[in-house]
Amino acid sequence: MTESSTVRFHAGDRVRVRTAYSIGHVRTPYYVRGKSGVIERVCGSFPNPEELAYARAGLPPLPLYRVRFLQRELWTDYAGHPADTLEAEIYQHWLQAEDAPR
Amino acid sequence: MSGNHDQDDTLTYYQAMESAVRELLIEKGVLTAGDVRRQVEAMDARGPQDGATLVARAWVDTAFKQRMLKDGSAAARELGLEIGPLKLIVVENTAEVHNVIVCTLCSCYPRMLLGLPPDWYKSRSYRSRAVREPRAVLAEFGTVIPADCQVRVHDSTADMRYLVLPRRPAGTERLSEAELAMLVTRDNMIGVSLVEI
Amino acid sequence: MTVPDPHRSHHDMGGLPAAAVVPVEHDYAIWEKRVDALLVLLSNRKEPLVSVDELRRNIESLGIEAYDRMTYYERWIFAISQTLIQRGVITVDELGRRIEQVSLRDPEHD
Repeated sequence: MTESSTVRFHAGDRVRVRTAYSIGHVRTPYYVRGKSGVIERVCGSFPNPEELAYARAGLPPLPLYRVRFLQRELWTDYAGHPADTLEAEIYQHWLQAEDAPR
Repeated sequence: MSGNHDQDDTLTYYQAMESAVRELLIEKGVLTAGDVRRQVEAMDARGPQDGATLVARAWVDTAFKQRMLKDGSAAARELGLEIGPLKLIVVENTAEVHNVIVCTLCSCYPRMLLGLPPDWYKSRSYRSRAVREPRAVLAEFGTVIPADCQVRVHDSTADMRYLVLPRRPAGTERLSEAELAMLVTRDNMIGVSLVEI
Repeated sequence: MTVPDPHRSHHDMGGLPAAAVVPVEHDYAIWEKRVDALLVLLSNRKEPLVSVDELRRNIESLGIEAYDRMTYYERWIFAISQTLIQRGVITVDELGRRIEQVSLRDPEHD
């Protein structure tokens, strides 16, 4: 039985989404690339959709996180409330630790 | 059972493709006509009623609500709802936070709890703008969120599916759980509208 | 004419400008419901023949014009067919011949 990859991040950790751009099936939206957020929860580990998209097994399962972003940090012209947030599910290999303090 | 062909009663190319694929799969023993018919009927029977059941129970039972917010799938199964492999996260609307759900990349949706998604949920307009200008999009549904309430958008990018637990309206204290469930609409549980009496 | 950003796939539309949302919906036609049923039956079985990931990848591979011109379930049946061909469940030839046969039949006979 393949083991899951090690869970690197935990709720409350600050992370940044990598700015890589590939072809193929990716579930990390363009608008969060390079953006910084906070882990809201660890969702569990799941087979990698980038591999499943090609009828491959996508193993070992990868940790999946919900990441919370401030809308005003996602969009330079954000017109809502400064506290408005957005949460998206991002796979671990798209995230790196963000060391800069808030 | 007659097919719904387009107006001049000829099949479009993609309608013909659907027939062709279905027939080939039946001939190859992959599935049967009965399988297709039963699945169509099962999906036809799905509407927002199971989602509303979850909401109404959460409104009347605080301990259940807490369990549901912690593990949505377990809570649904607790009520005997048939959700299959759905990985559910329920997000609660409060005076401080209003939640709204979108799938920018395609159209992910908690189908087992709400039925098939409406066209507008899958539209370019909703998918593009709900993440960037949620308050303007909500206003297009006639929903205005006060400036001091945070709007939180959930983009269903991966394996989880989302349901909004809307706020229980005032004046519903005497209603039974079943009556409360009847108030809750699909749009309330996507987060584009508030529950009305 | 704006040049599409090569970093961004056409389906990855979060944040792009778009028109006001029109809260419309239509009752699904029977053929659309059958497309939906096919995806469920092919993916939700002991040995899936189509995964939602392959469905999505094949939809994403549609060019911009096709993606925008096709309706939701047209994109789905295209992607289901594409996946079945990729997996070797049906052949291009089988599909083409059967589409032709279906198209020549009396449309009132289902």
